[in-house]
Amino acid sequence: MEFLVINVLNGLSYGLLLFMLSAGLTLIFSMMGVLNFAHASFYMLGAYFGYMVNSYLGFGWALLIAPLICGLLGAVFERWSLRKVYAGGHVPELLLTFGLSYLVLEGVQIIWGRSTVAFKLPESLQGPVVTLVSDSAQNLSWVWRWQDPALLQSLCNSALQDTQTLNQCSPFPMNRLFIMLCALSMMALLWGVLNFTRLGLIIKAALTQPRMVEALGHDVPSVFMLVFALGTALAGLAGVVGGSTFITEPAMAASVGSVTFVVVVVGGIGSLVGAFLASILIGMVQTFAVAIDTNLVKILQGLNLPLNETWLHNPILNLTLTQIAPILPYFLLVMMLIVKPSGLLGKKA
Amino acid sequence: MSLVTTRSWLTRPWSIWALFAAVLLVLPHLFSSNLALTMLCQIGIVSISCVSFYLLLGEGGMLSFGHAVYTGMGGYFAIHALNAWGKGAYFIPVSLLPLVGGLGSLVLAFFLGFVSTRQSGTTFAMITLGTSELIASMALMFSDFFGGEAGLSANRVTGHAVLGITFGPQIEVYYLIAVYCFLGVLLMYLFTQTPLGILLNAVRDNPMRVGFIGYNTRRIRWLAFMISGFFAGVAGGLAALNFELVNSEVVGPVRSGAYILFTFLGGTQAFFGPIIGAVLLVLTTNLFSELTKAWLLYLGLIFYISVMYLPGGIASVVVRHVEALKALTGLKSHQPGTLLSQKGIGWEEAWAAFRRILQSYFFLLVTLLALLAGVSLIIEMLYQLQLGDDISMDMNYAGFAVNPMNLELWVLVSMGCGLVGVLFNKCRVRTQRAWSEFDEVIKNHTTVHEEITHSDTENADDDAQAGVKPIQSSKASLGVSNE
Repeated sequence: MEFLVINVLNGLSYGLLLFMLSAGLTLIFSMMGVLNFAHASFYMLGAYFGYMVNSYLGFGWALLIAPLICGLLGAVFERWSLRKVYAGGHVPELLLTFGLSYLVLEGVQIIWGRSTVAFKLPESLQGPVVTLVSDSAQNLSWVWRWQDPALLQSLCNSALQDTQTLNQCSPFPMNRLFIMLCALSMMALLWGVLNFTRLGLIIKAALTQPRMVEALGHDVPSVFMLVFALGTALAGLAGVVGGSTFITEPAMAASVGSVTFVVVVVGGIGSLVGAFLASILIGMVQTFAVAIDTNLVKILQGLNLPLNETWLHNPILNLTLTQIAPILPYFLLVMMLIVKPSGLLGKKA
Repeated sequence: MSLVTTRSWLTRPWSIWALFAAVLLVLPHLFSSNLALTMLCQIGIVSISCVSFYLLLGEGGMLSFGHAVYTGMGGYFAIHALNAWGKGAYFIPVSLLPLVGGLGSLVLAFFLGFVSTRQSGTTFAMITLGTSELIASMALMFSDFFGGEAGLSANRVTGHAVLGITFGPQIEVYYLIAVYCFLGVLLMYLFTQTPLGILLNAVRDNPMRVGFIGYNTRRIRWLAFMISGFFAGVAGGLAALNFELVNSEVVGPVRSGAYILFTFLGGTQAFFGPIIGAVLLVLTTNLFSELTKAWLLYLGLIFYISVMYLPGGIASVVVRHVEALKALTGLKSHQPGTLLSQKGIGWEEAWAAFRRILQSYFFLLVTLLALLAGVSLIIEMLYQLQLGDDISMDMNYAGFAVNPMNLELWVLVSMGCGLVGVLFNKCRVRTQRAWSEFDEVIKNHTTVHEEITHSDTENADDDAQAGVKPIQSSKASLGVSNE
């Protein structure tokens, strides 16, 4: 029981981090039709800027300043580079952002070196925030970090219990909760801005009727720049959170970039809600694939199927779910495209 | 009308293909060192890959982020076939091995193309990225087929030699590659001339209209995808024969990225562009990467700038000059007729305009070289500071000993770069202006020519055009007579 809950929580937090990334990408795409290939590069920049600000001013400032710098860089890129190639259609835009991802990668390596940097969360965000304890009768209890440590000690220290009634304890780290809170507040903010402000109205109008909005006297190119900046700032925020929680290194853009694209395609290109659903889905799939240690041989044996020697030693059947976890998002993508090419919530192409 | 399009530039003279074949034959005798031969082999292979990538990007407008999947899998299929024959299972001449790779990739492209060609444009790009990641991570997972980290190796000297060719010596492999390169490029070129190839261009430019007149755009994309996959697989099979080794890197995203970068740099608006790109790719990865640690940064910078300012790649520069020269010679050789005086003026005027372009090139080149020297010095110093072993030591920059810790040098070089940058931009604008002046001159005079030829030869034009033409030509002749 506690296994299920803890993995749902882990999956949610990973999915929400993916959503922070894909939200910016989707926002830019649905508005401008530009697929920002360098989106994950802005995620990486966010992490590195966060690392810099963190070491001088502290983590709170990093959460604020790093996304702002990313947004500013995004605006500069849109204004002085991307805008020059709009006339050529979508392929040059894609190529330009592809080139940018090369430049950012090399630039990061020049400035911060090729190895990882020590970007750590502050103490208050480390350690378990809650420990799930399930006793032998599968009853679940939550032990929070502000409760008496002696309680946790008594429940989870195996030396203090007899083997018959051993409790199962799973800690849920504070940083995962922090990711969830960040993503949820970002979602709320984004939703509020898009739905309840004048700017949001103009953005949404420019999304469908750019010419009409321009005719009404709004500066649509500037709105585009703003949206691009907003999207890259969101990536930067995800970078601060993700970089400090996991690892900050030059390879982080590549490792998260293609999964983000998968999220966007599976969710339906241009749909924020679809991106949200797909993020959670992929977060769950990835987490459970890593957590459930099984393979086809075990499953077939569990079904009491007679297996001969060659089957038992077949390398493909012996691949554990953990081993194939990296390909699952892409597999999901291919399946999705076969079943419903427009994605979960995408409009029909 | 008179400005020659990129397509017909290659179609007309069959001599170009003869020249291509001759170059392929002669090259290993001109550059006979081992390094040169290795690189020539690679160029031949990569040419096929890049041209097959160009079929997608240039002819079909499909940007694939996973082209290495088809070249790489071709390599795997070929090496498995080679090993099976080595064990004596059955025998087919080694020279036909690349075709096995090609057919394997064709089948793969059939399935993956089914998934990816449903969409076009940006979505297509994203899906190819996803499928490429799928294959790349599978390569690390299924070590039976992909050989794990070490990869698979084979011996190409296997079975009985056909016509005494064992493919032991590298030069024999080179000629095999040359034959495949020539035939592959020729076949792909001929493909672009078939109705399907032309439809592919139409799908690139206006898919809705193609769909409207009754073609299935998705099927056209799919077919093109498979054909491109086939030739990519042939290239992969050749590479497997050449290196006798295939590892999981060949299907990876880095390789796919290289195809995009260099095919674009070579040029995606003319058929010979990707071949230029292939030569660049091999030269860069073999020689330039030895020269500097920062080669990826330079490459990224050049790519970035050329997407913004030179969307046709290097080939478009070549095409532009060839067209200009053709227009010039056309003006000069035109037989004097009724408007004799104007013909003479046209030629001289155009030639003067062309000379102005050449003059502007001189300053453009000087400032460009200065700018490159400055920027590369900055980049090299940065790299030395961040990644060098001992920063207090002098580093070698083009034969000079340079200390990256020297603050005065930094200030000096940065200021110099700024200054030269401004100058370079001035020269760039001047060159652009010179070109547009030249185009203007050519346009004016060729319209006059056309007017004459039209009035001489044909009168049965359709009404709409006939209504427009007099206005155009009268404008043009006005422009001329004013001068």
